Amino acid sequence: MSQEPILTIRGLHKSFGDNHVLRGIDLDVQQGDCIAILGASGSGKSTFLRCLNFMEIPSDGAITHAGKTIGTERPGKPRVYSEDELTKVRQKVGMVFQQFNLFPHKTVLGNITEGLRIVQGKDKASSDARAREELARVGLAEKADEYPSRLSGGQKQRVAIARALALAPELMLFDEPTSALDPELVGEVLNVIRGIADEGRTMLLVTHEIGFAYHVANRVIFMADGIIQEEGPPEQVLKNPQNPLTQAFLARHKQFEF
Amino acid sequence: MEYTWDFGSVWEYREALWVGLTNTLRIFVICLFAGLSLGLAMGLARYSVRRWLRWPAACFIEFFRNTPVLVQIFWFYFAFPILAPFEISALMAAALGITLNSAAFSAEIFRGGIQTIDPGQWEAGRAIGMRYREIMARIILPQAVRRMMPALTNRGIEIFKMTTLASAIAYADVLHQARLIASVNFNPIEAYTVVAIAFFVILYPIVRATYALERRLAKGD
Ligand SMILES: Nc1ncnc2c1ncn2[C@@H]1O[C@H](COP(=O)(O)OP(=O)(O)O)[C@@H](O)[C@H]1O
Ligand SMILES: [Mg+2]
Repeated sequence: MSQEPILTIRGLHKSFGDNHVLRGIDLDVQQGDCIAILGASGSGKSTFLRCLNFMEIPSDGAITHAGKTIGTERPGKPRVYSEDELTKVRQKVGMVFQQFNLFPHKTVLGNITEGLRIVQGKDKASSDARAREELARVGLAEKADEYPSRLSGGQKQRVAIARALALAPELMLFDEPTSALDPELVGEVLNVIRGIADEGRTMLLVTHEIGFAYHVANRVIFMADGIIQEEGPPEQVLKNPQNPLTQAFLARHKQFEF
Repeated sequence: MEYTWDFGSVWEYREALWVGLTNTLRIFVICLFAGLSLGLAMGLARYSVRRWLRWPAACFIEFFRNTPVLVQIFWFYFAFPILAPFEISALMAAALGITLNSAAFSAEIFRGGIQTIDPGQWEAGRAIGMRYREIMARIILPQAVRRMMPALTNRGIEIFKMTTLASAIAYADVLHQARLIASVNFNPIEAYTVVAIAFFVILYPIVRATYALERRLAKGD
């Protein structure tokens, strides 16, 4: 693929005090990519995703999104971003969390319309219509007026996905979207994510579901020690890994089935 | 001990008491709204990311928490006019003292309530592009206020009872009126009993109502 990447990451570093978590990440994301990110707990996967929508401010490096570079202007000196810049980026980058983080005091519909109305300034009628569209896509049209406390974990996560999709993001970030779910609920959420990937939406997905990564992702990244150790098509990274760290990681996850 | 109760002598002055009661309610409503609003502002400022907001808020809270309200009221009523080129009414002086004190205490309630909300709620709001102010007003505070209801109810009760301090600078509240009646009729027992009952009769239903509200809000969780 030779087209312009929609997201370019160069020399991304992030430290928390003395803890140097990301140590120089380079990545180009093409339109329509579904990139699965694997790695042991604590390897910096969440931190990496959170840098991409500026929930964490990178310590160094540059992130170019849709032709606009947002990154440090002086090397080694994190820049201070205005709330305007951050909210603009975050509208274009949807994020789904392990713990769902639905708004418990709002109905399912209210959760989804919140961003449409407050952030995008749409009126009530068109926000509701848009929200119902997304709810139908995740198969929860009939739950519009329920409160999140009445939903199962799988349903909550599907609502969270609809909430992010409603804003029509150019890029979706999933941070272990099924890790907090009971095993029997994992499938329904993965099916929804697969549907979104099949539509060609660009996404980065941190997951421990290696079988899912194999079937759905077009690229797989293995992270360790704050850098990308290995990157390539799932066939190569998952079946024929070159890096000894990837080999060791996959050996520990041998129970997955392709 | 033999004592013949004589509430008739209080009843005769019911209009004076009524005036006192409306004055009590007036200062209460002012102090409740001003005190809680300023308390919210101070609670937010106290834990703001901006140091120039945190520091003055901390001073405000500690100063007004640790000085007696009555002294503050006296200060505004008797000392302030000497420094400033204008008079200040008894209502204003008393309302100021009670408001500032209530703000200092409720700032801590708001701060505590806000901090109990899962940081994931902030993240979810930020991830869809909401601003700090919008997340605070629409996501965090509505959830925090539910949890703060018992503490805020207590604060409201406290403010209502604190209004009687205004009588110390001759604000014509219900206690001040009762004292006048008692001194004319020599019936302090009846006069003050009526005041105590009036406070209870007003406060108790309000407290019951807030319990009901708490239960209703809890259902959403
Ligand atoms: N907000 C934070 N403050 C301090 N340290 C953090 C913060 N977030 C993550 N870390 C640290 O960064 C490292 C990587 O964490 P994380 O990105 O969550 O890894 P992963 O998602 O791969 O499990 C951990 O050592 C963690 O303690
Ligand atoms: Mg993580």
